Order: sequence, then C-alpha cells, then structure tokens
Amino acid sequence: MTDLAHIRNFSIVAHIDHGKSTLADRLIQLTGTVAERDMKEQLLDAMDIERERGITIKANTVRIEYPAKDGHTYILNLIDTPGHVDFAYEVSRSMRAVEGSLLVVDATQGVEAQTLANVYTAIEADHEIVPVLNKIDLPAAEPDRVREQIEDVIGIDASDACMISAKTGVGIPDVLEAIVQRLPPPHGGTRDAPLKAMLVDSKYDPYLGVVVIVRVIDGVLKKGQRIRMMKTGGTYDIDRIGVYRPAMTAVDELGPGEIGYITAQIKQVRDTRVGDTITTEKKGCETPLPGFKPSVPVVFCGLFPVDSSQFEDLRDAIEKLALNDASFSYEMETSAALGFGFRCGFLGLLHLEVIRDRIEREYDIELITTAPSVIYHVYMKDGTRIDLHNPADMPDPSHVERVEEPRIKATIMVPDDYLGDVLKLCQDRRGIQLDLTYVGGRAMAVYDLPLNEVVFDFYDRLKSVTKGYASFDYQMEGYREDRLVKMQILVNDEPVDALSMMVHRDRAEQRGRAMCEKLKELIPRHMFKIPIQAAIGGKVIARETLSAMRKDVTAKCYGGDATRKRKLLDKQKAGKKKMRQFGKVEIPQEAFISALKMDD
Amino acid sequence: MAEDWQQGGFGLYIHWPFCQAKCPYCDFNSHVVAAIDQTRWLNAYLAEIDRYATLVPGRVLTSVFFGGGTPSLMEPEIVASIIDRVRRHWPVANDLEITLEANPGSVEAGRFTGYAQAGVNRVSMGVQALNDTDLRRLGRLHTVADARRAFDIARSHFDRVSFDLIYARQDQTLDDWRTELSQALEMAVDHLSLYQLTIEQGTAFGDRYNAGKLRGLPVEDLAADMYQATQEICDTAGMPAYEISNHARSGAESRHNRVYWRYGDYIGIGPGAHGRLTLDGARHATEQWRLPGKWMQHAEANNADEVISPLSGEEQAAEFLLMGLRLVEGVDPTRFEKLAGRPLPVEKLAYLEEFGMIDHGPSHLRVTGQGRVLLNAVLEQLLVG
Ligand SMILES: Nc1nc2c(ncn2[C@@H]2O[C@H](COP(=O)(O)OP(=O)(O)O)[C@@H](O)[C@H]2O)c(=O)[nH]1
Ligand SMILES: C[S@@+](CC[C@H](N)C(=O)[O-])C[C@H]1O[C@@H](n2cnc3c(N)ncnc32)[C@H](O)[C@@H]1O
Ligand code: SF4
Ligand SMILES: [Mg+2]
Repeated sequence: MTDLAHIRNFSIVAHIDHGKSTLADRLIQLTGTVAERDMKEQLLDAMDIERERGITIKANTVRIEYPAKDGHTYILNLIDTPGHVDFAYEVSRSMRAVEGSLLVVDATQGVEAQTLANVYTAIEADHEIVPVLNKIDLPAAEPDRVREQIEDVIGIDASDACMISAKTGVGIPDVLEAIVQRLPPPHGGTRDAPLKAMLVDSKYDPYLGVVVIVRVIDGVLKKGQRIRMMKTGGTYDIDRIGVYRPAMTAVDELGPGEIGYITAQIKQVRDTRVGDTITTEKKGCETPLPGFKPSVPVVFCGLFPVDSSQFEDLRDAIEKLALNDASFSYEMETSAALGFGFRCGFLGLLHLEVIRDRIEREYDIELITTAPSVIYHVYMKDGTRIDLHNPADMPDPSHVERVEEPRIKATIMVPDDYLGDVLKLCQDRRGIQLDLTYVGGRAMAVYDLPLNEVVFDFYDRLKSVTKGYASFDYQMEGYREDRLVKMQILVNDEPVDALSMMVHRDRAEQRGRAMCEKLKELIPRHMFKIPIQAAIGGKVIARETLSAMRKDVTAKCYGGDATRKRKLLDKQKAGKKKMRQFGKVEIPQEAFISALKMDD
Repeated sequence: MAEDWQQGGFGLYIHWPFCQAKCPYCDFNSHVVAAIDQTRWLNAYLAEIDRYATLVPGRVLTSVFFGGGTPSLMEPEIVASIIDRVRRHWPVANDLEITLEANPGSVEAGRFTGYAQAGVNRVSMGVQALNDTDLRRLGRLHTVADARRAFDIARSHFDRVSFDLIYARQDQTLDDWRTELSQALEMAVDHLSLYQLTIEQGTAFGDRYNAGKLRGLPVEDLAADMYQATQEICDTAGMPAYEISNHARSGAESRHNRVYWRYGDYIGIGPGAHGRLTLDGARHATEQWRLPGKWMQHAEANNADEVISPLSGEEQAAEFLLMGLRLVEGVDPTRFEKLAGRPLPVEKLAYLEEFGMIDHGPSHLRVTGQGRVLLNAVLEQLLVG
C-alpha cells in the first residue's frame, strides 16, 4: 500500500502517430520496469490488430516505479486509452480513472483533430495537463509555432512544455519529473471506507478468463474478497489481483488511488460494463460512481457470409465475439438478395472494421458487408416511434409523420490549401458550418453533419481530397428532423432490399442517378437487357439500361483437351460464388458496397 | 451394352511440338529448337503407339490427326512409318481420315507429295490472314502469295484441304473482314476454320495486352457483329457452321474433331497430348508429359503419360456437354443423364429457352444460332448452376 502522495495516475493524449506508444515505451524502459532484453516496440498494444493498424482498442495500464529527484520513489500508473472517436465513452471512463494527462503533440505536425477531441475529454475530467512536444529530433520540428498553437487553439499554457524525442530518448527524464512535480496525487480516498472501485475496462484472456482493469477510489481490494458489480448486479470471488509492469504481477491488495487488475471467474466480458462501480458484496458502498452509460451502437450494417453454407459458422463467430464486447449488438437478418446473415450494431466505423476483420481472420469466414446505416427515428402518424436500423424496413411513407436522423459535430483541421475542397465536401454531405478559424496556416472547420453522410465513405473522401493532410473527429449531437425518404433500387423491375437507402429528398435524383450508373458498371451483362432504376415510393426517379451480352464464346477448341474446358468451368464456379442471384439477375457482391460510394 | 464412347468414334492424335518461330498469339504446346533428331522422335512415337495398342486393341479407328506445333516440319518418311504402324495395330474405317496440319510455307509445300504417299488424305493449312500486313503482325513467316501457292499445291495432292483464318484482329473493320472472308470462300474447297483472335495469358500478345499496349482489338459488340456476319456470309456460300468456328459443305466436316465433340474415345500421343479412353468400362483422362525433353525421356523409358486417371460420371457429363454443344447438331440429353446419373436442370433449360438460347426436346438439345455466340454463358447456366 502506497501513500497517496507518492502515486501519480495519468494518461497520454495524442493524435494518431504523434508518438504516444513510443513515449510509453521510453517511460517503461528508462525506469527499468522491463528488463532491457524484454523490451520490444509498442509494448502496450497487445492485439494483432492493434499492432498492425497502430491503434489502441482496449485500455491498457502499466505501473512504473520512479525514484524522483526529491528522494522519494513514486508509483506512476499510466492508462493507455483508445484514442478513437468510436470509443469516446470508454476513453472518458479511463480519463476519469486518472488525475492528469500528458498532451503529446508532434512538433512537426501541430495540433490535430484527435488531439483536440481527446484533450477536451481530459479537461472535462478535470485533469492537470502537461504539454509534451515530441519529435524535436526532426529538422521539420517547429516547437515555437506548435507551442503557440496549443495556447491559441486549446487554451492551455504551453510555455513550460517538455521538449522531447521519444525516439532518441531526449527529454524523457524531464517528462518523468514533470509527472511527479506537476500532476496531482489521487484526490482523497480512504482506506477504511467501504470498497469503491471503477471498472476501467476488461478483456478476455484464454487462460485467466475475464481480466478487469480497476481503479480503487476508497477501501481495499483483496484476494478472496466477494465483490459486487453495482450496475449489472453480478457477484464474484476475486481469485487474482495484481498490477501490470507491463507483465501481470501479483500483489496482495490494491488500495486507494491504485490501478491494477483482478480476475474473479467472470466468464464473459459482456458481464462487465465499462464505468461500473465495484464494491464488496456485504457492507458495500451506497452510491455508485457517477457518469455510467451503457454503450449503444450507432452504426449498423448487415454481415452475410459469401458462402451461404457458412451461415452457422458466422453465427458462432458473432456470438463468441459478442460475449467479449458488450457494445456490439446483432440480430438475424434475411435479405432476398444476400440470404441469411446478421444485422450488427457498432460504436462506429472503426469498431465495425475491427469486428469484421476479426471474423474474417480469426474465424476464416469471407463476408459481404452491406452499406453502414444509422438509426433513424421514424415518428408514425399514430404517435408511435420506430427506431429504424435498416432502411429496407422503412414503413410506407403514408403512415409516417416525420423522420429524424442523428447529427454530429465534426471538427476538421486542414492546411489552408485544401480548405476549399473540405468545405465543398461538407456542403455536399448536407453539412452546416458552425465555425471556421485559422491558426497559423491551418484552418479548423466545425460542421454540423448528418451521421449518415459520414459513416460511409466520408473519411476516405476527406483523406483523398486533402492528400491525407486533414484530421477529423466528431461527437454525437442528437437527432433532428429532415426530409428523409427511402430510395429503392430496382434491378430488372424487382427491388433489391440490400440496396435500399435513406436519402434526403432534394438529393434523391442525384444519388439515384449515380447509383444506377454505378450498378450498370458493376453488374455484368446478362443474356437479356436489364433495366436498373431508382425509385421513391412507386415513382421512378432515375433509370439506366444494361444492354444484353453480345458475345461470350471460346473460339478455339484445344483439340482433345477437355480438361482445360472443365477447369475453366471451375473458375466460373468460383466466380459464381461471388455473385448473388436476384430473380433472374446475378449481382456481384462488391456491388452492394461499391454502388454506394460517391466519387463526387 | 454399348459403351458411351462408341457414339463418338475412336481417333488417334499425334502431337508434333516444334515450330520454326513462335507466333505471338499462340499458347499451343510448341517450341522452337535448333535441331531435331527425327529418327529418335519416330522411335518414341512408335513406342507409345505400341503401348496404347495393347491398352485398347481391336477398335476400329475413325481418324488420325497430326497436330502441332507444325507437323509439316516432319519428314514424310516419319509420317509414313507412323501411319504404317497404326494400320498394323488397329482395324481402320473404310473412310479413315488422316489429317496433317501444315504451315503454308514453300518448304512445307515441297513435302506434300511425300505426305500424300504416306497416306495423309486431308491437310489443314494455317493461312491465318489474306493480307501481308496482318500476317506480319501475327508474326507469321509466310506471305499471302506463299499461302496461295501452297494451297494450290495441296489441292493437287489431297482430296480434302481446309485452311484456318484468324479474324477480329487488331484494327480490322467489319468491312475488311467481309471482304477477306469472301476472298477466302472463293479459294475454299469444302472446309474452313474461322477463329476469332483470342488473347491468351502467357503469350507475347497476352503480355502486351496486360501492359495496355495491344491496341485496336474489337470491342464486344464489333466482335459479335463479325461473328454474325461470318455466319451469314458462309451460309450463303453453302459453307454453314457445323461447330462454333468450323464451316463445311455437308459431308466434309472434319471427322477427327467430331470424335472430340461427340465425346468419343481418342488416344493422345506426343508432348502435352490429351486423350480420353474407356478402359475396363471406365473412361479415363490421359495427359502426356508437356515438355518435349521430358516427354522423350519418359517415352524412351516406356511410358510418356504424366496422368492417367478415371473420370467421375459428373466430370464426363460436363465434358460431354462442353464439347457437344459446340456442334450445331447438338447433343442427346439422355447421354448426359446416363453419365451424370441425373437429368439436366429443368429450370435452367426453361430459362435458356425463354431467352432463345437453346432448342430442346426429349432426345435433342441444341444451342441456337443466337445462343452459340453466348455458349460460355449457356454452359455456365447448365453446368455451374
Ligand atoms: N523521428 C521521430 N519519430 C518518432 C518519435 N516518436 C515517435 N516517432 C515515430 O512516429 C511513429 C508513430 O509513433 P507511435 O508511438 O506509434 O504513435 P502513436 O500512434 O501516437 O502511438 C512511429 O513510426 C515512431 O517511430 C520521435 O521523437 N522522433
Ligand atoms: C494448333 S494451331 C496450329 C497450326 C499451325 N501450327 C499454324 O499455326 O498454322 C491451329 C489453329 O488455331 C488457331 N489459333 C492459334 N492460336 C490462336 C489464338 N490465340 N486465337 C485464335 N486462333 C488461334 C490458328 O488459326 C491455328 O491455325
Ligand atoms: S500458331 Fe502454329 S506456327 Fe505459330 S507457334 Fe503456334 S503452333 Fe507454331
Ligand atoms: Mg499507438
């Protein structure tokens, strides 16, 4: 048990690639937390996907012991949080578990959108913030300009920012001293009070079961204790308790202010909720920690197996993943075009991609992903409200009073040169400008945008129009009414459910035309001509005709080589698997996603 | 009970794998070498013929075909020895057809007398084009004048002479082709093979095509129009198609190719040659070693087959259809049923009929003129599902 005064709990906030993981590595290395021979890069990112994509999905923590210049040895607990907007709630919880932040900014790049989003979360959590300018080893570093920018844009004093190179190790000792000198120790916390601890995050370990990261506020966590999760009501016996250094290291107890892990024979991550309060089953604390929110999916899409015989495998994979991810929802879906699959809900696009990648990779199931959609609130004339997850389910417009859609507040930072393109993109996506400011060669545009217009390919488009120089972040802003209608696509006069979409009435013609043109390119010619139409209600608003196939024959016959022909047939079979039969028409899977991409 | 192959006949294919130069569009098993020890090749062919004679003795042979490569590079004596040996092993049909593929160069023409004496009664000449610019672009060594001369010599030696043209070439217009085809029909005796140029992977044209450097190829619509025009012009001239790319006056069809298309049995001898043989009631696929050196080594060690493996009923049924529907006469669907152990999918037949692609009844299934240009798509419907 450590004296509160000698504990510092902190996180690192940074835009992607500004050096968060490298700095964490250096802190761990310099304090001798890990033997030199065990040192590897990006120590804290555990999952393959995390390492590969350079992102953090699960919170990680590490305990560092640091003998400071004042002669005392301090316990430093770093919580590495996911930096991505999809996990905004998880980030805010992790932030609540610590008292200070290192704000890492790449001195060659300056403040970016994600820097802002994360630093605001830190400020909301009442953090002390120590600015750290990284990559000063690079000739392109402009520490003075970036310092000024931090003061202008974020509004915090950056005059005594640490100047470091996480790569070479320059300035790391200063960072350690600043953590001790400038960040506060845990506030309050009584050893004798009833146990009160925050569930920061949890993950599944194949050997240990569910491992829970906790931050103790009051009381003491001990092995053998019977605990209760205040929100979910579950009770468990703690069988392991320890800290990450970053390897799991057992300890006898965790007292106020400390951060560590417990295991308690918890079977599924789903049984644990980020932000829940952990107390003892008997004589527990009365009130839970404030701010708990169940996580709710905001982006939905259909996942269908390419090979329809793999439906049961897909069910199995989805159920397994869901056990370990409370924020991921699913229900069975049948589509006339795609067969059996699941409609799944995610926290955002990254979350969607991560889950999809894991199904494809870990379970070896090739997937068709339908276009992501958001939840629309459909108010019916009879006064009821329907939460529409799938445009195909949109009720008949004659019964609908109005439709509301989720909106976001998006912050985009971009060099001046590309601003025009960015504004046009936002305008095209029905954005409303809220703010536009300039800070030293960079513009910051704040837009109110429909989430629907962003979930699909907004980020890709943004990257492409700005050659990768823009950064983007957003937060949810609630629902608002708009003139939204369901647009159907009819191929050979039959509606294709998987291509139905919600669009703004004023843009329907344009979208419809683009969709029909795209599909005309994507669908191969058939033996007959195929009309492709976009319609609202029964009214056709756009139309294209795919002409009939003219020639498809092998001219030459390779003597008696019938095998060659049979092999060609096998190839056709493989190609056929990538097609979906729809009435008399075969539509390639890729069409279900590609048709929706807008190359404005 | 009669075995299935008997409805197609029995043929022998001999592959000669050498050419004087490699044509840029060609992906046949053909090689250019400095010197060929013809006696050694002869002995290897004879050894393989002897071996097959013990496998399938006593059958009446419908046809022998010397294909390539360029079989007109073979010494006539060798061709003669092979034919002698074949006649010694198998009883032959009265009208045994013996075809040799010939390139229309002057040197080859000089060997025609010898081939005729050896017993060859049909030649198929690779004329390919009737204009010199295009012949050069196709990498051919002969000129139109050479071809005409060789053709005339061939006609004076053989009862049956056919020639091949490749059309849908780079920068060829529909009118160019009409004109060229009419000239060809003026020359033609009773058989013509008219192939649309196919860009094959692994050839010089294939590489150029992949690099985007093979320009002026017809788009799908033009290619379709050219095919259509070909049918009309040849019909009018009394040389209708009896197969996708083969035209003949009635009775002049190539018997050898008909063995393949009617899914008969055939022996394949020579590098990379394929065969289909019913052994002890089970149809087998055979394939010989592809590289000439390797083939020779194995032939001299007494067996040049790389593969000899039984075909399942489904595989045979698929091959039967793939080959048979190329013929204008079509197939007998009951043969498919017997081989596959199931009928053709009724709903697919109905679908294809609805779009005018096929014409069928209990004992016939034919692809229509309209369906023939889409044969791959038709077969996909019937066989892939
Ligand atoms: N030159 C230089 N490169 C650095 C420095 N710190 C990090 N990097 C590099 O920047 C990239 C992103 O770093 P990383 O720590 O993964 O960033 P994160 O996304 O914030 O975790 C990596 O290629 C690092 O090697 C630094 O101080 N100087
Ligand atoms: C086995 S080849 C070779 C015959 C002989 N060596 C010759 O080239 O004249 C038979 C015929 O196939 C045709 N052919 C070969 N390659 C072709 C291709 N890529 N596209 C269309 N026809 C082709 C040619 O008309 C050729 O005459
Ligand atoms: S087309 Fe004929 S001559 Fe040309 S390489 Fe092929 S086989 Fe030889
Ligand atoms: Mg990182």
